[in-house]
Amino acid sequence: MTLVITKNFAGPNMARLDVAMKHGAYVTLEKILAMKPEAVVDEVKRSGLRGRGGAGFSTGMKWGFVPKDTTKPIYLVVNADESEPGTFKDRAILEKDPHLMIEGIIIASYAIKAHTCYIYFRGEFYRQWELMERCLAEARKVGIIGNNIKGSGYNLNIIAHRGAGAYICGEETALLSSLEGYRGWPRIKPPFPAVEGLFGCPTIVNNVETLAVCPFIIREGAAAYAKLGTEKSPGTKLFSVCGHVNRPGVYEVPLGYPFAKLLSEECGGTIEERKLKALIVGGSSVPVVTGEEALGLRLDYESCAGCGTMLGSGGVIVIDETACAVQVLADLARFYAHESCGQCTPCREGTGWSKKVLDRLEAGLGSSEDLNLLLAIADNMQGKTICPLADALAMPIRSWIKKFRTEFEDHVRLKGCPFPS
Amino acid sequence: MTKTVTIQIDGKAVKIPEGTTIFNAAKEAGIEIPHFCYHPKLSIAGNCRLCQVEVEGAKGPVISCRERVRDGMVVRVQSDTARDVRKNVLEFILINHPLDCPICDQSGECKLQDQYFDHSLKPSQMTWPKVHKPKAKTIGPQVMLDDERCVLCTRCIRFCDEIVGEHQLILRERGDHSTIDVFPGKQLDNAYSLCTVDLCPVGALTSSDFRFKKRVWFLTSTPSICTGCATGCNIWLDHCDQKVYRYRPRENEAVNQCWMCDPGRMTYKAINSDERVLFPIVRNDGAYQRTSWFEAMARTQQLLAGVNPEGIVGIVSAEASLEENMGLIRFLKECGVTSFVWAGRSPEPQFVDKILRDADRNPNTHGVKMLTKTRFGKETKGQAFVVLGRLHGDDLTTLVSQKPKAVIAITDILPANEQWADVVLPRASHAEQEGHMVNRAGLLQKFERAFAPKGESAPGWQIAARLAGAWGKPLGFTSAREVFETEKQHYDVV
Repeated sequence: MTLVITKNFAGPNMARLDVAMKHGAYVTLEKILAMKPEAVVDEVKRSGLRGRGGAGFSTGMKWGFVPKDTTKPIYLVVNADESEPGTFKDRAILEKDPHLMIEGIIIASYAIKAHTCYIYFRGEFYRQWELMERCLAEARKVGIIGNNIKGSGYNLNIIAHRGAGAYICGEETALLSSLEGYRGWPRIKPPFPAVEGLFGCPTIVNNVETLAVCPFIIREGAAAYAKLGTEKSPGTKLFSVCGHVNRPGVYEVPLGYPFAKLLSEECGGTIEERKLKALIVGGSSVPVVTGEEALGLRLDYESCAGCGTMLGSGGVIVIDETACAVQVLADLARFYAHESCGQCTPCREGTGWSKKVLDRLEAGLGSSEDLNLLLAIADNMQGKTICPLADALAMPIRSWIKKFRTEFEDHVRLKGCPFPS
Repeated sequence: MTKTVTIQIDGKAVKIPEGTTIFNAAKEAGIEIPHFCYHPKLSIAGNCRLCQVEVEGAKGPVISCRERVRDGMVVRVQSDTARDVRKNVLEFILINHPLDCPICDQSGECKLQDQYFDHSLKPSQMTWPKVHKPKAKTIGPQVMLDDERCVLCTRCIRFCDEIVGEHQLILRERGDHSTIDVFPGKQLDNAYSLCTVDLCPVGALTSSDFRFKKRVWFLTSTPSICTGCATGCNIWLDHCDQKVYRYRPRENEAVNQCWMCDPGRMTYKAINSDERVLFPIVRNDGAYQRTSWFEAMARTQQLLAGVNPEGIVGIVSAEASLEENMGLIRFLKECGVTSFVWAGRSPEPQFVDKILRDADRNPNTHGVKMLTKTRFGKETKGQAFVVLGRLHGDDLTTLVSQKPKAVIAITDILPANEQWADVVLPRASHAEQEGHMVNRAGLLQKFERAFAPKGESAPGWQIAARLAGAWGKPLGFTSAREVFETEKQHYDVV
């Protein structure tokens, strides 16, 4: 199996520049610096790489959205605010092969003609940020980043910035607000960041994993990358698996990989071989699928969409039969109520209200009306706010109730949770 | 030149320049789309989600405050879908709202009440304890915050940031615990802080001064002018039973847009003041005594008859209306007086700012100067003085130092310790009469009568007319309007 990202994860001290270079880090620099930036964009476009932050939009196309005639500075911003429950794949890259991402940053910056890049770390990634600072210092010292990289005349300054710890700052426009020093509130789109982003300038926001893929594409060529995975979802993808499995962790598999195989082979099956009840495949905000659906699911964008869910960030949460659907959903609601930024009315009030209704249901104090109320709240939130945080709770509410309705009704009927606490 | 496009709003064809927002296009067409966070003078926040409307072909409802019109766009404001979306937004707002309308100052002029009444008559489905936040919190000298009533539209924050340039208000916390607060170590103490109370669509920000004074539905609003400085901000003078309760800015793009300053708002207090002169007063043996109009006029006539008209000086006022000043001058001219000067408050350079306020604290300096150019001062010599309005500071000292034979004061305010006049005639305040003033930019502005003159007071022009009548030289003025129309031809009043 070709490994694009995790190839050197096992190597010790990969954060040290000399070790990383021994493993082939930064070999693509000379190649891209001799290329025209447009050619780099084309190469990535041809690879079919889709953004790994969750939306799955073509990376090459996104890079192409920077206005050609702009006189303003262009920024690359790396979204390292990985905060979605169940998602910890970027963290693995930042810890196990940080130079891979820096190399990707140089490629992307060069392609979009940016001379400044900000890496926005979630507040809790303190050690990862510290490590990155050390890596950047080493790279600066030897002229891999900074002014006149490798004598090419190309300048690139990379700044590692820590947020204060807010899920919403992973939303790209909220991230930009936070980076500018404002409250981390999403902005209304359009204008899109590629046109008017950081400090009002064209800005490309890319996920850590997306950038970590770029060195492979440049080194091996777009075709080599496109050969991996499926036709519409090319390449490999990191999946961070957690929940009721024997071997939780971060796994790199080609897109289109059967989930059943990932579960049984990579993850060693469910704990005590208990029955798979449900699967959240792409981070906490995507619609849930049942165990049966999950076992037939292939891990790529199209298959997930076909199953009524989304590949999202690749944050896989495996849920077995011992878990209570109402409690899982109540936990999700608690998270979104806590993390709603409070800007738009429907999300600010709707997430908190959902949480209260779900807590009541879980405690056995709910009524049969509550299910309809929850669905109404979900309807009234989704698509009616500036950013998709409200949708991120609305989708689980709808899917959990749809797929596990009897369990919700049992809580009402039995006036309590049938699962042992 | 901007292209004009045609769009349909609720079936009505509207021709509007391309790039206009749906909200403003609807406004042009006479349709007011419900909203909280949008304000024409502030940046677009788009957070309240109340102004959502249905646009044909769009994926979902769109916020009309931000979405720009395109040719052929079909917008529905009052469709069931659009109304439903807004109803649901209102339901969200009300789930954690305290619903303490009976003790809320905003009650009766609350956008949340009005919109909910319009969109839904259903009780709340919230049956779980609400989120509690600080109540009755003093956030500045003029403003109090009830955080539970707040809809978090951020108008107040944007006003301070964008209009005043003082970053005093912030949002704290997240989700349904979000609260408006003052920046740590700061207060909401800018000179325009009460504008945040006007901007607040609900009862979250209330005026410490007006709080719990009167239910708003008992108030009558009369269009008037602020007399706090030469800017002449247009105001609504809110009153009930001959008492003024507050000033609110009245929109006028040419003068004050929709703002006014806090000290200006507080000038209403002079109208209700205990220092108001409500009946004629004469000085007998060095002490002021209440008297009748008949006695006061007789005394005035007696005092002025003892002085040659050349020795009489008419002091008109930069604080009084054009009509009052014109009326008094006309009367004195009829008596053969030729010497006229004006007086008023001295300039306060520290009062000026870049937004509205002027160093000249008189509302009608520009106007009074059209009647006489000469400022009252040490050079002004006379044996008797007829004074309209108050004399302040040095002007009073100057007058007293001349040891005049007679001083007739026509004034609304008379501090107890100022016993410089022989006769005091009770002048009505500007709330109790109509008239014109000319602001610093030379703009002639009309103010209307809010209520009848208090006590036995009367507008200055009417007092002048009464005096003239007593002299046997009737002026024939029966209204401010007649004074203005008759007298303006003698002056260069545009």
